Amino acid sequence: MTAPDSLSPSRRSFLLGGGALLVSFSLPPPPAMAEETGEPKLPGSLQRYRQLDSWIRIDDRGVITVFTGKCELGQGIKTALLQVAAEELGVTPESLHLITADTALTPNEGYTAGSHSMQDSGTAIRHAAAQARSLLIGTAAARLSVSIDRLKAQDGAVVADDGRRLGFGALVKDKELHVAADGRSVLTDAAHYRVIGKRVDRVDIPAKVSGGPAFVHDLRLPGMLHARVVRPPSYHATLLRIDTTPIAKMPGVRAVHRDGNYLAVIAEREYQAVTAMHALGKAAAWNETPSLPEPDRIFDWLATQPAEPVPVLAGSGHLTGGLNILEATYRRAYQMHASIGPSCAVAQFKNGQLTVWTHSQGVFPLREAIAELVQLPAARVRCIQVDGSGCYGHNGADDAGADAALLAMALAGRPVRVQWTREQENAWEPYGSAMITKAHAALGPEGRITAWDYSVRSCTHATRAGPAGNLLPAWLLARPSTPARPRPLPLPEGGGHRNAAPIYSIPDARVTYEFVPAMPLRVSALRSLGGYMNIFSIESFIDELAQAAKADPVDFRLRHLEDSRARAVIKEAADRFGWADYRRQQDHGHGFAFARYKNLAAYLALAVEVEVDRTSRRVRLKRAVAAVDCGEAVNPDGIENQIQGGILQSASWTLHERVAFDNTRITSRDWSSYPILRFSEIPDEIQVHVVNQPGAPFLGTGEAAQGPTAAAIANAIAAATGTRLRDIPLTLP
Amino acid sequence: MITLTVNGKAHQLEVDPETPLLYVLRGELALNGAKFGCGLGQCGACTVMIDGVAVNSCVTPVGTLQGRRVVTVEGLGTSGQVGRLAQAFIDEQAAQCGYCIAGMIMRAQALLEHNPAPSDTEIRTHMEPNLCRCGTHVRIFRAIRRASETLRHASTPQGEMFP
Repeated sequence: MTAPDSLSPSRRSFLLGGGALLVSFSLPPPPAMAEETGEPKLPGSLQRYRQLDSWIRIDDRGVITVFTGKCELGQGIKTALLQVAAEELGVTPESLHLITADTALTPNEGYTAGSHSMQDSGTAIRHAAAQARSLLIGTAAARLSVSIDRLKAQDGAVVADDGRRLGFGALVKDKELHVAADGRSVLTDAAHYRVIGKRVDRVDIPAKVSGGPAFVHDLRLPGMLHARVVRPPSYHATLLRIDTTPIAKMPGVRAVHRDGNYLAVIAEREYQAVTAMHALGKAAAWNETPSLPEPDRIFDWLATQPAEPVPVLAGSGHLTGGLNILEATYRRAYQMHASIGPSCAVAQFKNGQLTVWTHSQGVFPLREAIAELVQLPAARVRCIQVDGSGCYGHNGADDAGADAALLAMALAGRPVRVQWTREQENAWEPYGSAMITKAHAALGPEGRITAWDYSVRSCTHATRAGPAGNLLPAWLLARPSTPARPRPLPLPEGGGHRNAAPIYSIPDARVTYEFVPAMPLRVSALRSLGGYMNIFSIESFIDELAQAAKADPVDFRLRHLEDSRARAVIKEAADRFGWADYRRQQDHGHGFAFARYKNLAAYLALAVEVEVDRTSRRVRLKRAVAAVDCGEAVNPDGIENQIQGGILQSASWTLHERVAFDNTRITSRDWSSYPILRFSEIPDEIQVHVVNQPGAPFLGTGEAAQGPTAAAIANAIAAATGTRLRDIPLTLP
Repeated sequence: MITLTVNGKAHQLEVDPETPLLYVLRGELALNGAKFGCGLGQCGACTVMIDGVAVNSCVTPVGTLQGRRVVTVEGLGTSGQVGRLAQAFIDEQAAQCGYCIAGMIMRAQALLEHNPAPSDTEIRTHMEPNLCRCGTHVRIFRAIRRASETLRHASTPQGEMFP
């Protein structure tokens, strides 16, 4: 397909400067406040960007460019968005160009997070493309003097049934696409799909398997310098003294930058920067104070912190009606994103304009934060998203963008590339918060849950940039900014309380989120946020209840579920796994779990088999069979890839991962102190069955597997060993 | 002055012999394939082959490589004409973010050059040093298996299968 446009500065500058060639090129308007003007509600992100040419532009040569405010994070979004546009425009995905999040070029679609990209951007692009097609056909009908039912869009032209054709390029001369979206265009009927629902190979993979320029790490701008930062050894350490003179004289060093506790070196060649970073680190003397909770008592700390109660479900909390009362407490350690590639960014300050190339999940909020940090008007800052190493949420990407911005401002003119070290990434990225959940339920005489009382407690799951004070480098400056006070994310999606409400039919259910504003370890959004822990807890507890009710776990779930799509994925996963016929071997067990992500997005059920080695106390996920319904499936292979990956990543979190620290420092600084799943442990088989819903809304895919996998593994371990493990990472006694 | 042979081409380089190979590949030679992951030899993102053996380039001083053959993923093909192993990765869509993939391919290449028909256990054991965070392992495994089968069923001599 097309070359990766994100790494093609010439393509982007063409788009930025070549307005004459484009149909009615215009910078995206500021978000329209449709709610205020009373305009009709439009699908997906069309609601905010209501001009067709914010999404699709066709130049007079017929070259079609699609714009999205979302980012490629390794989830394959570029390919799925191209499929959607190609379907509606009657062209091949290969013929399209795609521009991803860029504050100068694309709509502002906020963060690429929460499995929202297909819902927001895919829906907008699909409707915009459908309307563009119908406008082009309408123009062609007038020019050819034929009725529109004799015309179709095909391979970049409108073709009449008598064989006459007009290329899109010739048709857009009258600024055809600079019109308001109406959201009323007829979408292609599922029976006629050419591209949607088909496997399309990911557009970004060929470069990634052959050493082509693919990542922000691979950007090489003319005259680019290399920077490294030196971080304090712990969150609140202060720089006592440093003599930077010898470092400034090291080979290739162009600058040693100090601003309060902020230290960096800038050099001509990358390894010169690395060498100077080590020397600078050795030269720095720091004052450290113990500021972290005692690691062995972290859950006592969390349990006793002042918390703000957030009601989720207002049940009575009385559990007297049932015959059988069960109670359980579950805990989850701090866990990290731990991207394989530490964060990286490139920035250049030239002619009063700051440009930052970043693997951020949200270039528009990052632009605001960086503008505040470097005290430039936002209009003077441009953030361009370029692929990075998989992020799985809010990792160091934004902070590295801020580092690059600060250093580019300090050494105006030349581009500066900043690459974090592994140790810096591990020690300074925001983690997924430690969490505690308490579940309490009553079982009635028919083996049904009659009452439910559940609470979840955690620090925040959202400290993303927006305010400059949420950028780590800002804390270290001589005039520091402080982080914004954490707030709980609102329902229905929620943060720590994401998926805290049980999806099952329970007559009386009370659910409360106990939001802890304190943040001794830096935390933010890790893939699925609180959904991982809440689903782990609820789906473990459901199995405990099923056991008490002497019911099969799959039957027990179905007994409490009416939603036909929920029931369908559960039955599909159970059937494909062979749940009913499973025969347990020695030291093996099978487990089941189900969730609807955020209780409003993708449905996922899975059955797993684990193998337990009682001597080494190791657990291996041996086999997993999942069924997923994420609405209309655009690229089924992409969905399968995401779900397979989610299952393995969740297995790694669940069986291995815990951020280690002492009362002063983070000690999980490399892969030996933060081990993750390796090849020797991979399952023999992971099946993913996509339950497609042609014509239904997109529900998103990226995070659906995280929670159910954890619970299914815990349930399988209980079946294999008789031991119920409730603390993540799950560790056999 | 160091002479470094990468992908069959000799380069005369003016670099500190202590410089890890990774920085020379990415800097002086402007090759993207080998990636910085940890700088500690713990993750395999920087894997290249030296005399046919998979090696972490981030901890290999360039001064030790005089007269030895370095092969990076760029030596196996280009994005326009990908190598056979890379093609197997495309066929299996064996990448998510893709940051680890060039390293995975190089480690697998070293395996298949010595053992064109590895068992499942041999593949797992050989790939153990390389980390993937997206959870693409099962597809990576299948891609290596697929390449091995291509190799076995091909009539051309082994050396031509994997240039």
